[in-house]
Amino acid sequence: MSIHAPILAIAVPLLGGFAVPLLARIHKKIRDLWVLVVVLVVAACAGYVAAHVLKEGIWIYVLGARNPQETLAPGGFPIRIMLTADAMSAFMGIIAGLIVLVAFPFALKYIPEEEGKTLSLTLGVLLLAGIMGMSYTGDLFNFFVFLEVTSIAACGIIGFRTWTGRAPEAAFKTILLFGLSGLFFLLAVAFLYGEYGALNLAYLAAQIKGSMVDRLALALFLAGLLIKVAAAPVHFWAPDAYGEAPAAKTPLLVVNTQVSLYGLWRILFTVYGGALNAGVGWLVVSLGLLTMVVASFMALAQTDLGRLVAYGAVSQIGYMMLGVGVGLVTLSGRPDYGLVAMKGGIFHMLNDALTIGLLFLCVGAVEWAKGTRDLRELGGLGHGLPGVALCFLLAALALAGIPPLNGFASKILIYEGSFRLSPILGAVAVLASIFLLAVFVRAFQGAFLGPKAEVEVKLPWGFFLSLGVLAVGILVLGLVPGFFVEELVTPAAKALWHGRALYLAAVLGG
Amino acid sequence: MIGNLPFVVCMILIALGLWTLLAKRNLIKLVIGMSLIESGVNLFLVSLGYVHGGIPPIYTYAPNDALMVLPTPQALTLTSIVIGVATTALMLAFAVVIYRHKGTLDARKIRDLRG
Amino acid sequence: MTVVVRTITRIVLPISLVLGGYVVMHGHLTPGGGFQGGAVAASGLALVIVAFGAGRLAGRKGLFSALESLGGVAFAALGFLGLGVTFFANVLAGSGKLFGHPVPYGPNSGDLNTGGTLPLMSWAVGFKVLAGLSAVVLLFALFGGESDR
Repeated sequence: MSIHAPILAIAVPLLGGFAVPLLARIHKKIRDLWVLVVVLVVAACAGYVAAHVLKEGIWIYVLGARNPQETLAPGGFPIRIMLTADAMSAFMGIIAGLIVLVAFPFALKYIPEEEGKTLSLTLGVLLLAGIMGMSYTGDLFNFFVFLEVTSIAACGIIGFRTWTGRAPEAAFKTILLFGLSGLFFLLAVAFLYGEYGALNLAYLAAQIKGSMVDRLALALFLAGLLIKVAAAPVHFWAPDAYGEAPAAKTPLLVVNTQVSLYGLWRILFTVYGGALNAGVGWLVVSLGLLTMVVASFMALAQTDLGRLVAYGAVSQIGYMMLGVGVGLVTLSGRPDYGLVAMKGGIFHMLNDALTIGLLFLCVGAVEWAKGTRDLRELGGLGHGLPGVALCFLLAALALAGIPPLNGFASKILIYEGSFRLSPILGAVAVLASIFLLAVFVRAFQGAFLGPKAEVEVKLPWGFFLSLGVLAVGILVLGLVPGFFVEELVTPAAKALWHGRALYLAAVLGG
Repeated sequence: MIGNLPFVVCMILIALGLWTLLAKRNLIKLVIGMSLIESGVNLFLVSLGYVHGGIPPIYTYAPNDALMVLPTPQALTLTSIVIGVATTALMLAFAVVIYRHKGTLDARKIRDLRG
Repeated sequence: MTVVVRTITRIVLPISLVLGGYVVMHGHLTPGGGFQGGAVAASGLALVIVAFGAGRLAGRKGLFSALESLGGVAFAALGFLGLGVTFFANVLAGSGKLFGHPVPYGPNSGDLNTGGTLPLMSWAVGFKVLAGLSAVVLLFALFGGESDR
């Protein structure tokens, strides 16, 4: 059974998601147990795939073939849909598995029964299936299908609270933009298919020449995926979406954005690797800087705690784009600082998932306790909710990159790499960090400090379990980052940096 | 040149859909614009598979040694149409809910979430 | 709706369901398959909703939801059947069991008993699409009725 681990990580949540409404008819507890079982299986498969890939190299699984390694049909052409898990895919799988392990138990307690808990859990499990599919797939059209699956499931989650006026508005905007991004992506896939007659990532990578059609397709890929990633100037769906979704599910949406970012790196580094010029890298770098600055400034003006954290999440995407973008710019010469910046950008994905996840779960706890997220009405919660206040402070400091927390470990790599490319990049990144710290300190003071406020509702212990696990993760990653960087992040960065030949050889060579 | 006509028509459809998305305010018209772009992309995808003088790629009762059009773009387009149906249904559902709350379908008046 | 529409609907509904079933059943031989057949059958049900009003089918929402979930579970489970070899491997094709006749290569006259798990998957998808699309039309009709002031 363990040789089927990559496809089980995708198929089990698919099956599980469809079965949740059926099981909910039998008994609610069975549904909750089923969701927990599905999440555990996915996390176990993701861990197994990561362990295997880091030890033995790229794992290929061909769907529907006579044996899972049979990539080439007679004639030398990869004809079936295959899953290609290299170190970067395994890394994204680990992030997804970790976050759902924490978020789903929180969600099971957070969403009240009468608000359609069955539907919310179904959408969450289907979103998980889409995320794992996007991480592991090695086929371009399969990536598109899972991209759309995540778009639809995410918009269902965002618009979940249809009785408020704001959630459907956020969901409409988001599905419009997600649908548009999917259509741009499909048009790019159509161009590449028309040119080369293949959809397999490795085969396309071997054939890409840099002709006019290829460059058109690259522009369309960038347009589509940059919308999904919430890069400025098309980031405006993210604050609405992250703010209006139920706070227990927002970490999943953040992981969805990061997996779209992974898709962008996969296309830029592996498919287009040889045919890029530095201009694309500079585009990614400048959009990353713009995202950082715009999101930090917009966060200052927010009075809703959820939207403020959402703008913080958007600004961190800018850091990831800056880090890996520096790697893109220097791809032809491959100096050392390019790899350092890429390691920072990729490590930041993991740290950001933990930090922003913790922040959103804290916002959810506050909303559960007080019923509102407006900073003008909150205050003095530090007395009644000390655990939540401490976690919020920890996560805010980690977000801003204060040692010895995990944000510092990844940001120092990004600063170093980008500074060596151009001092302005490093300077702007540091300034944006400091600005964001000021914003979050103000938020912390507005919500948690001040005269003591009454908190009548007691938080369930499940909340504190999820908050505690994430807080411990932040501390561990901050105190001993070296282990994680060496074992997880460096293979992932190297898989993108100079692993293209290995990827092609694994799929096409045998 | 005349062989490129299907592709030109598809691009015109996509451009019209994009213009609708940019210029119209009614939510239902935005959904229609999205549907236009989708139709353009699907048409483009199907017309990629054309082979001159080809018959539909079905082996049942097919004439012997006939040239067949490519079946893969047809499968891709079918998948895309299904995804488009789901997206359109979701957008329309949210438009109906917004109408119930706000009483209007004008995108400029539905601005609860600002800034 | 008027008597004419209702009578025609009573005639067209079984035809559309059978046509949808035919398209689903022959998905591996002729154009069609799960989604197309499900959409044809759902158009018949949508006609019923338009002609007789949403109230006629409103009590069946639970049935639609259950059928949709069953279709999805069946599709994924059929993929798991092949797990002895690889996921989605077609274990029934050419094996002499349910849909197991061997397929002659090249142009042929079309044997329904071929295809392995493909017709079963078509059926699963057909049921899912039928239930899903009908539920969508039904819910929109119910929505519209409630907000009618």
